[in-house]
Amino acid sequence: MLEIENVSRVFAERKGMFGTSPGVRALHEVSLSVRKGESFGLVGESGSGKTTLTRQILRLDTPTSGRILFEGEDMARLSPAALRALRAKVQIVFQDPYASLNPRMSVHDIVTEPMLIHRGILGLNRQQRTDRAAELLDLVGLGPQHLYRHPHEFSGGQRQRICIARALAPGPSLVLLDEPTSALDVSVQAQVLNLLIELQQRLGLTYFFISHDLGVIRYLCDRVALIYRGEIKEQGETQRLFDAPESDYTRSLLAAMPPDVRRVAGR
Amino acid sequence: MTALLDIRDLHLSMHSFEGAAKVLSGVSLSVEKRQIWGLVGETGCGKSLTGLSVSRLVRTPPAEYTGGQILLDGTDVLGLSEPQMRALRGRRVGMIFQDPTTNLNPAFRIGTQLMDVALAAAKHDPAILGLQPGAGRRARKQAARKLAIAMLTEVGIPAAESRLDDYPHQFSGGMRQRVLIAMALIGRPDLLIADEPTTALDVSVQAQILTLLKQMVAAHDMGVVLITHNLGVVAQTCTHVAVMYAGTIVEKGPIEAVLADPAHPYTQALLRAIPDRSVKRGQLQGLAGAVPNLIHPPPGCRFAPRCALARPSCLEGPPPVHTRAPDHAVACPVVKEVQNA
Amino acid sequence: MTDVPQDSRRSARAEASRRAFYRFRQSRLSMVGATMVAVVVFFTLFGNLLAPYPEHVRGGLNTAERFQAPSLAHPFGTNELGQDVLSLVMAGTPVSVAAGFAVVLIGTVLGVVVGALAGFNGGWIDDVLMRFSDLMLTIPSLILAMAVAAALGPGFVNMIIAIALSWWPGYARLVRGEVLQAREEVYVAAARAIGASPARVLFRHILPNIVSPIIVKMSLDMGFAILTVAALGFIGIGVRPPTPEWGTLLSIARNYMPDFWWTAVFPGMAMFLAVFGFNLLGDGLRDVLDPRARR
Repeated sequence: MLEIENVSRVFAERKGMFGTSPGVRALHEVSLSVRKGESFGLVGESGSGKTTLTRQILRLDTPTSGRILFEGEDMARLSPAALRALRAKVQIVFQDPYASLNPRMSVHDIVTEPMLIHRGILGLNRQQRTDRAAELLDLVGLGPQHLYRHPHEFSGGQRQRICIARALAPGPSLVLLDEPTSALDVSVQAQVLNLLIELQQRLGLTYFFISHDLGVIRYLCDRVALIYRGEIKEQGETQRLFDAPESDYTRSLLAAMPPDVRRVAGR
Repeated sequence: MTALLDIRDLHLSMHSFEGAAKVLSGVSLSVEKRQIWGLVGETGCGKSLTGLSVSRLVRTPPAEYTGGQILLDGTDVLGLSEPQMRALRGRRVGMIFQDPTTNLNPAFRIGTQLMDVALAAAKHDPAILGLQPGAGRRARKQAARKLAIAMLTEVGIPAAESRLDDYPHQFSGGMRQRVLIAMALIGRPDLLIADEPTTALDVSVQAQILTLLKQMVAAHDMGVVLITHNLGVVAQTCTHVAVMYAGTIVEKGPIEAVLADPAHPYTQALLRAIPDRSVKRGQLQGLAGAVPNLIHPPPGCRFAPRCALARPSCLEGPPPVHTRAPDHAVACPVVKEVQNA
Repeated sequence: MTDVPQDSRRSARAEASRRAFYRFRQSRLSMVGATMVAVVVFFTLFGNLLAPYPEHVRGGLNTAERFQAPSLAHPFGTNELGQDVLSLVMAGTPVSVAAGFAVVLIGTVLGVVVGALAGFNGGWIDDVLMRFSDLMLTIPSLILAMAVAAALGPGFVNMIIAIALSWWPGYARLVRGEVLQAREEVYVAAARAIGASPARVLFRHILPNIVSPIIVKMSLDMGFAILTVAALGFIGIGVRPPTPEWGTLLSIARNYMPDFWWTAVFPGMAMFLAVFGFNLLGDGLRDVLDPRARR
């Protein structure tokens, strides 16, 4: 479904008024493959290159070398029209539900916007878009009564549901989830994670789940890759990686994880 | 023996145009030396306000204390004047906040900032610098510098002396949090309030900072209130835990007791929401419903509207607190009945 | 099913405006400002109609009644031509306010276009546009206006053009800064990720979110624009008599101070109230519209 082959991204050195800032190697020879219908986890700490990699997949940025194939096609070689079509197929949910919704737009406008932009592909008229927005809200556990409200009227968990509805609007097959629950309380996080699982089953979605929270990754992902300073340190089946980590980095990360709360009780 | 910190039935209202929100309603918590209390709860439950109240850092107005006491070694801080309070902050009560980047002044060297805190604390307690009263300015400055180096070394900053002249931006996030811990401890406080000290940090750094915190408690004989939303952090660090919901403490006690035998339905719900090793995909349980409106809170137990065990009597009055095991208190009468039956 | 949303759409809007109005009312000074501005707007619309001596507004004189002190017949007194000062001040409102508003509007439009282009595109476009606007900022507006008046001849329209030319760089700077900031918002990245075109990102996601500071600045600037218009009238290169304009009235009255103080004090008061009102209103609007306070 998604093949990342030897992708590197180097930010060139910049000459500024106060001297030259050195070039930064944000990604180095990253290779991953995400299979159709699975949840693939990408774990990394801050500055590890997770976000840079997401930007490459979304084509918000271009790799210095290597290529990214989506459904077998090299994203860098797509025509502008094909790229637009691709944008409908690959969607993202961001970390901060407070910042990722335009405060001036109603929920209706937020959720219908992707359908409006991709109306050439989706072929929905105004009324159909509104109807679909109501359906999507229903799908993510909100209701049509929320359509004409503004983001500031919602709680964090509800906002993240709106973000998910927006991501689903153009009918994507791959959804990037960039720490979608790290700004939420645990009880809300649990609801959102379960919603994501349910949506995946109903809609046959493929998830690319980015997180620094190993617990969340373990709960949701089939396979996982660990990225550290722009390089993939280890990847494999989630269960295997947690039970028998192969790299030192994985072991140190697992050791730093807070203990299972229920187990502490028995200590 | 009086407790180091004894919060008794604290009530706090926050005024806004919609009305007065009862953000703390009868919070009671007692902290002894060498105890690390985890104060956990979700956004808006009042955990940070409880912590800030101890140093009287809540702005009044819009806030208003409508009842209760905060006894620090037997003195009610709510009755102290602002100058008396300033003498207390930093010296008796140290504070650490969430974001290490915003709590250091970017325009001053680390050493300068540490020494300022030390000198200010020494005004009230000259013994901090280890000098005789009446020592000269120069001597005090030198002693403060020595103390700053000692503190930085103690919190694990290598080559502390040479780093005194560095600016905050020259430190990594974890190192900055260490500097803040040094700053909070330089006045030798008996009580440390740490408000989400590791939330902005990566897990591996978080583990280091929490270990450091535990070492400091042992070394300085302090009491700590660790405010966090993360039960994992509590399990990793604390000796005791208090679970807050909508301005009330619903359950508190020694960590083993509370985590092994969570009694309050809210504590149980929180634990069921954590993706632990044993939880299979799709089996995590979220908590339906929303946090109550604190301007018109539900009568009786605040959790009752979301509680599976709730019965009509829960809505009648504040739930009585009963003791489940030594020091393990639960504000829910229903659990006890269910268990006895 | 579609009626439900329509209904809730209306009630949500009503709710939002009720909240905004509530917040505005919280500040007494902004209510005072709004009231003063309302009075100014009222006289802008009806000042000419309500003037008790319309013939004086058109330039008629009555030399028999020169320099009458304020009385019931002439509450603001009369001037050196025997004209009713109240009528002149009332009739002067639309001239000053229209000129001020035109200046601010032209300045805003130019400034938004330049600032948005610079901030959104960055790179050399940004450099060129902003250096040019810096250059314009270095020219004092009065001197520029005098130069324009000298080149194009004095007059109402030329004066507005002249002031607006020195006015837009302030908006360009403000808008550029706000656009740069808004461009980094996550919801802008989100819009790009769903495939929105640059134009859509700019017009739908960036500009609506920076309207508030622009409106606030416009309101604050209205006062200064009115002052600048009056200053040009005062030095005699703005509106020419007999069209009544506050600055011109003051300029003439200057010769008769302090004996016939009313000829200067009342136009001055009108100017003071208009400028002060717009400033208070601007401060009040800032409180209501600041999106940071809204969150």
